[in-house]
Amino acid sequence: MLKLEKRPSPSVMWSRATPVLAVALTMVAGGIMFAVLGKNPFEAIRTIFWDPLFGEFAFYLRGQLLVKAGPLILIAVGLSLGFRAGIWNIGAEGQYIMGAICGAALGLAVFPTENRLIFPAMVVAGALGGWAWAMIPAVLKTRFNTNEILVSLMLVYVAQTVLAMASTGFLRNPEGMGFPGSRNFSGYAAARNGFLWEGAGLHWGGVMALATVVAAYVLLQRHMLGFQIKLSGQAPRAARYAGVQPDRLVMLCMGVAGALAGMAGLFEVTGPAGQISIDFNSGYGFTAIIVAFLGRLNPVGILFAGLLMALTYIGGEMASTNLGLPSAAIQAFQGMLLFFLLACDLLTNFRIRLAKKGEAR
Amino acid sequence: MTSDAALLRIEGVTKAYPGVVANSDVSFTIHEGEVHALLGENGAGKSTLVKMIYGLVKPDQGRMVWRGAPYAPAKPSAARASGVAMVFQHFSLFEALSVAENVALGMETPPPMRELAARIRAVSEEYGLPLDPSRMVGDLSAGERQRVEIIRCLLQSPKLLIMDEPTSVLTPQEVEILFKTLRQLKAEGTSILYISHKLEEIRALCDEATILRRGKVVATCTPREKTAREMAEMMVGATLTPPERRAGTRGEVALGVSDLSVPSPIPFGTSLKSVSFTVARGEVLGIAGVAGNGQDELLLALSGELRSDADRVRIHGRPVGDLGPEARRRAGLVAAPEERLGHAAAPNMSLTENALLTGATRQGLTRRGFIDWRKTEAFAAAVIRDFDVRTPGTHVAARALSGGNLQKFVVGRELSQSPEVIVINQPTWGVDAAAAAAIRQAILDRAAQGAAVVVISQDLDELLEIADSFAALNEGRLSKPRPVAGLTVDEIGLMMGGAHGMEVAHHGA
Repeated sequence: MLKLEKRPSPSVMWSRATPVLAVALTMVAGGIMFAVLGKNPFEAIRTIFWDPLFGEFAFYLRGQLLVKAGPLILIAVGLSLGFRAGIWNIGAEGQYIMGAICGAALGLAVFPTENRLIFPAMVVAGALGGWAWAMIPAVLKTRFNTNEILVSLMLVYVAQTVLAMASTGFLRNPEGMGFPGSRNFSGYAAARNGFLWEGAGLHWGGVMALATVVAAYVLLQRHMLGFQIKLSGQAPRAARYAGVQPDRLVMLCMGVAGALAGMAGLFEVTGPAGQISIDFNSGYGFTAIIVAFLGRLNPVGILFAGLLMALTYIGGEMASTNLGLPSAAIQAFQGMLLFFLLACDLLTNFRIRLAKKGEAR
Repeated sequence: MTSDAALLRIEGVTKAYPGVVANSDVSFTIHEGEVHALLGENGAGKSTLVKMIYGLVKPDQGRMVWRGAPYAPAKPSAARASGVAMVFQHFSLFEALSVAENVALGMETPPPMRELAARIRAVSEEYGLPLDPSRMVGDLSAGERQRVEIIRCLLQSPKLLIMDEPTSVLTPQEVEILFKTLRQLKAEGTSILYISHKLEEIRALCDEATILRRGKVVATCTPREKTAREMAEMMVGATLTPPERRAGTRGEVALGVSDLSVPSPIPFGTSLKSVSFTVARGEVLGIAGVAGNGQDELLLALSGELRSDADRVRIHGRPVGDLGPEARRRAGLVAAPEERLGHAAAPNMSLTENALLTGATRQGLTRRGFIDWRKTEAFAAAVIRDFDVRTPGTHVAARALSGGNLQKFVVGRELSQSPEVIVINQPTWGVDAAAAAAIRQAILDRAAQGAAVVVISQDLDELLEIADSFAALNEGRLSKPRPVAGLTVDEIGLMMGGAHGMEVAHHGA
C-alpha cells in the first residue's frame, strides 16, 4: 500500500526536480502513444525535442523558437502573478486578441504616415486594449462577486467574434480585393515589428518578454507587493490580517496580465503574423496557462517553460509533416506535459511512503 | 425519576497528549434514565472524555463499565453497537443531499429510502422535532441541521445520548424544543450526557453534574440544589482569588471603542452589538466570555479587518474605525488573532516571511516597497530568541512548528513591535504552563511600559491574573468593564452567562 504523508516543510529539491521528472514522464507516455499510433517512438521524440535545436534546419528553427516562446513567456508571466494570488484569469487569449486589434487599429488609422513614435504608441494601445478587456472580469468580480474564470473565458469567444468582424469588416485591407485580413504591416516600416537583426528570431516582443521576466522576478523576491500576491494565494485570511485589500489585488493582477497579453498580441500581429486575420492568434493565450504552471509560476521557470513549449510546437509541427503524426496527437502530447507536471507537483508537499499492512487501516 | 442502576461507570480514566494531560484519574457514573451534566471551562478535558466514551480516543489508564460489563470501544461503530450515540458540536452533513440521504449515509445497513423517510417522519413526530426528510440540508437552519443529527441518533434507539454543547447554535425557541425532546427521552429511560458551560441550562435540565477542571473531577453535585454561582465557583476553582493589582499608574485613554455594532462576517458568527469600552495606557482589560459570543468579531473589528464608522474606534483620540490593519498598525495598534495557522500566520511561509507579515510597517522592514530581507530575518531571529521559540531556524515553515511554539512566535512578533495598543485573542491557548507564564509576563511588561492592552480569553484564571479591569462578552454585547480588584465570582458568573440563563428560564416559565 502506498501512503501519502505531508512534509513538514515544502521540499526545495522536489520543487526543482518535478519539471524535469514531468518532462521525462511525458516522453515515456508520449512515446507509448506514438508507438500505439504505429510510429517509431524514438524517432518521434527525437524529431520533437532534438531536431529543432541540433538538426538539419536548426539555424532557422532556433530563431523560430524565440518567435514562439516570446509571446508565451510574456503572457505567462502576467498570468502567473494572478495565479499566485488565487486569481484565475483564463481569458488571456481574449486579452491578447483585443490588444492586437487595438494596437493594429491605431497603426492602420495613421497609415501611411512614417514616424518613429508610431510603433511605441501602438504598443501602448495594445497594452491598453488587453488591460481594458481584463478589467471587465475584474470589475465584475470585485463589484458583483462573479467568477473570474467563467467571465474571462467567455470573453475570449467575444474577442474572437470581434476579431472576425475586424478582419472582414472595419480593419479589412481596402486594397485587398475583398479578401479578409488587414493591411500587412511588413510593408509599413513605421509599424513593423521586425527582427532586431537578420535571422535573429528576436523581435521587440522577445525583448519585452525578457524584461518582464526580470521585473517579475524582482517583484516577487524583493517587493512588498510580490509578497502580498504570494500571501493572498497561500493564506487569504492572513493576507487580510496583514492589510492586503483583496479587491485592489484582483484589479492589479488582472490588469497586469491583460496589459502584457495585449502587448504580446500587438507584437505578434505586427511581426510574425504580419496582419490582423481571422486566425492570427494561434492559441498563445491558452498555451500560456500551461507555460505558467510548467514554470511553477516562477518567472525564471516560465522563461524555460516557454522555450520548452515552443520547442514542442516546432518539433510537433515537424513531426506531423515529416512523420505524418496527426496534430491531435501533438496536442495530446502537450496536454500530457501539464498533466504530469501537476501530478508530480504533489511530491513537493507530500512524500510517498510504503505503509505496512497494519497501519493502512 | 432516576433509577439507581448504573448505565456507564468511568473508573480512574487518564489520557495524556504530548505536553498536556487532558484527563487525570477521572471517575463518575451515569445512571439509567439520568441527564448527567459534564461541566467545565474550555480545555478542562470534557471533549477528550466523551471521545473516549464514543470510541474515538483510547484511554491510557483506567476503565469503563457498561451495565456491569467492561466497556472499551475500539471505534465509534463499536460504541454505537453498545447503544451510545453522539451529537457533535460541529455537524457532519452534506449540504447537497436531502435529510433522508444524510441519515442513510451514517447507517451501516440503510433501509430503502422510502422506508427510511417514513421512519424519520415517525421519529420526528414522536419527539416533536419537525423535520421533512426530503428537504436539502443546505436549505436548513442550524437548529434544523442539529435535528437531523439528533434524529440520526434516535433511529439507533440509544441507551446513552451524548450532546456536545448543543445549544451554542440554537435560538431560545429552538432550545425550548430541544429541551422538551430531551425530557421525553429521559422519561423513556434514555440517559443523556450533556456537555455545556451554560449554568442555567444545566440547572434547568440535568439531574447530576460532574465538574471538570484541568482534566480532573473537582466536584459532583445536583444542579437543582445549587445556585449558578456555586457551580461557577466549583468550575473555576478555589484559586479564584484575584491577585493584588497595583493601582494609580494609569495614563490617558489609548484605545476607545464607543457604541460599536458590526455584523459578523463569519457564518453562524455573532454580530457585535453596541460594544463600548476604553483602555488607558498601562491598563490591561480582560474580556471573558463563552466561545462564540463575539470574541473573533471583536478582534477583527479592532485589528481593522472588519471596518466600521471612523468614530467607533479611536486610538489616542484619533478616529480609526474606517482604517485597515496597516493604517491601524501605523497608529500603534497590534493584534494577534486566536487562529494561528491561516490567520495569524501563513502555514507554508517561512518564519522570516511571517515576521514580515505584520512587522513590515512598525519595524521599518521595507524601503519604498522593497523588502529588506536581512533586517526582516534579524527581526524574526530576535522574536525567536526573546520568546524562546523552539525551531531550527528562521527558514522553517510556520506549519512545521508545534502549536505552542507558533503561538509564542505570533504573540512575540506582535509584542516586539513596541506597540501602544495591544489586542490579543486567547494568548496562551494550547501553550504549556511555563510558556503561558512567559507570555503573560511579557504582556504585563508591555503594559508597565505604557501600552494599553486588551486580552480576550476563555481562561478566567488568566484574565484575573493579568487584567486590571474585567468585562465579558455575551451574545455580542459587552458588559460594563469593572476593576478586577474586589470582583466576586458571583459577579463574574453574572457578567458571563447571566443573560443566557435568563433567556432559558424565561422561556421555560
